[in-house]
Amino acid sequence: MPANRFNNFTTYGVGIGLRIPHYDHILTRKPTCEWFEIISENFMVDGGRPLQILDQILERYKVVQHGVSMYFGSADKLNRDHLRRLKNLVRRTKTPWLSDHLCWGSVDGRYTHDLLPLPYTFEAARITAQKIREVRDYLEVPVVVENVSSYAEYHVSEMTEWEFLNEVVERADCGILLDVNNIYVSSQNHSFDPAVYVNSVPPDRVAQIHIAGHSKYRKYILDTHDHPVIDPVWKLYDRAIQRAGHTATLLEWDDRIPSFDDVHGEALKANKYLASASLAAAV
Amino acid sequence: MNLATLQRRVARAVMAPLSSSDRMRRFSDGKPMSAIASRIIKPNDRLTSFERMEIYNRQYWFRVLDAFSDDFPGLRAVLGDRRFDALAKHYLTDCPSRSFTMRDLGSRLESWLRRHPRYAPGRLKLAVDMVRLEWAEIEAFDSASEVPVTAAILVGADPAKLRVRLQPYIRLLDLHFPVDDLLLAVKQDAPADIASNAMEERQKRKKVSAVARLKPAPVFLAVHRIENTVYFRRLDREEFTILKNLNQRRPLERAIVTAFRASTIPAQERASYVAAWFQNWASLGWFVV
Repeated sequence: MPANRFNNFTTYGVGIGLRIPHYDHILTRKPTCEWFEIISENFMVDGGRPLQILDQILERYKVVQHGVSMYFGSADKLNRDHLRRLKNLVRRTKTPWLSDHLCWGSVDGRYTHDLLPLPYTFEAARITAQKIREVRDYLEVPVVVENVSSYAEYHVSEMTEWEFLNEVVERADCGILLDVNNIYVSSQNHSFDPAVYVNSVPPDRVAQIHIAGHSKYRKYILDTHDHPVIDPVWKLYDRAIQRAGHTATLLEWDDRIPSFDDVHGEALKANKYLASASLAAAV
Repeated sequence: MNLATLQRRVARAVMAPLSSSDRMRRFSDGKPMSAIASRIIKPNDRLTSFERMEIYNRQYWFRVLDAFSDDFPGLRAVLGDRRFDALAKHYLTDCPSRSFTMRDLGSRLESWLRRHPRYAPGRLKLAVDMVRLEWAEIEAFDSASEVPVTAAILVGADPAKLRVRLQPYIRLLDLHFPVDDLLLAVKQDAPADIASNAMEERQKRKKVSAVARLKPAPVFLAVHRIENTVYFRRLDREEFTILKNLNQRRPLERAIVTAFRASTIPAQERASYVAAWFQNWASLGWFVV
């Protein structure tokens, strides 16, 4: 779905994550980049350089907000200060949609600053969906949820991860930020077929796709965002695009960050797949 | 097991301190961690429940310790690596994050350190000074700025009634040591590329000797911003007192009188001092209403 209600009927192409090592290059060279994804929490401040940089970026580029600590799946109530600050930022960026993760990370007001996997239970789906609705109603912008990579599974789970994702997004009536690298990482860690996952996601709810690299260890894979995208992940991306159509695509590169041109070049490889999806749709 | 119970149990395991070899501890509150993990986490064909839980436990500590270490390089220089690492682990165990952002990790460090002086043996005052300065720098970096008061408002107002306050990003510090000099030296020495161990070692020795040379001396400091870059500005004691009183919403006249109560500045020179200070503060846009 090139444009849908979950991405506010936009038709964004390929973007990259806005990261500090690239600020100087972006602000002085003003390179072409269709859009940037920002980590909301980095700009949920009252003033100073972060907002100055953001305003300069907003003058020239389209920006979409991506959060890392809303923790829709935490049993805790939503953090009102967090929401208030997030809404201020939404007003500033005019982000067409806002994403955060389908995970938990805080309990009793203490934060792990991690994206911890949820137990795939109906109770968790109900609580998570309710909070997604609350956030969307408060922020007045479409909210989409991203599947996370995981290294553990719970005994109490009552369904697969993709069934849980579908349960949540149906209950919340929200969109999906489909991270195909996370699907690949989790598939290797939990021994499932990643194609089954991609094929199970409702394509009409996919608002955005993430691609990234990861690190392989002897017994597991970590989602480190510090390498180029590997071929099996591109294959999953291709499949996701075949199903969902030309979708806003974002490369995440968060550690050992190469030059802007290298990161952007890696992201632009997605255009090959997007072009064939557009061609298929035209035919 | 409901969601809240599961999350409490997992969080307790994930946030439990690591062993001295940076692995998940075998016991937590006297209970074997392997039993706790296997009740919650499924094993797979490569990893036990304990090993899968351990991935999150290690990631948690590596993440928060990295962020904390980035925020307090001056405290590391004051304490040395071994003591700093011990302090960081104990502080973050006692005071886990209560904010959605890791920027706030050090928000309770000053009060915690005052309650736990054993983590800065022989250097508590110096360590507390450095913590206050580094936390002030964090706050000055991204706190709000407001439209400053114009000089005309200041000049035309009745000093007995005029109340102004400082820009929200300004932090005033009264310190026992010149830690501002030390922190600047530490940051100048920060290696852009730490590939060379020899270079790193030389820098470490320089920091140690800089700390050893640091003699106590009262320092009054404003941590502020110019064009969104944070600066440290040394103040006279009287300057500091005026600004502090103004920020406590005391009228201008009372702030000035209080500041000069025990002053060694000759009475006939005080007016010119005050005029120069105000001109300077106003030019920096420090006052808001």
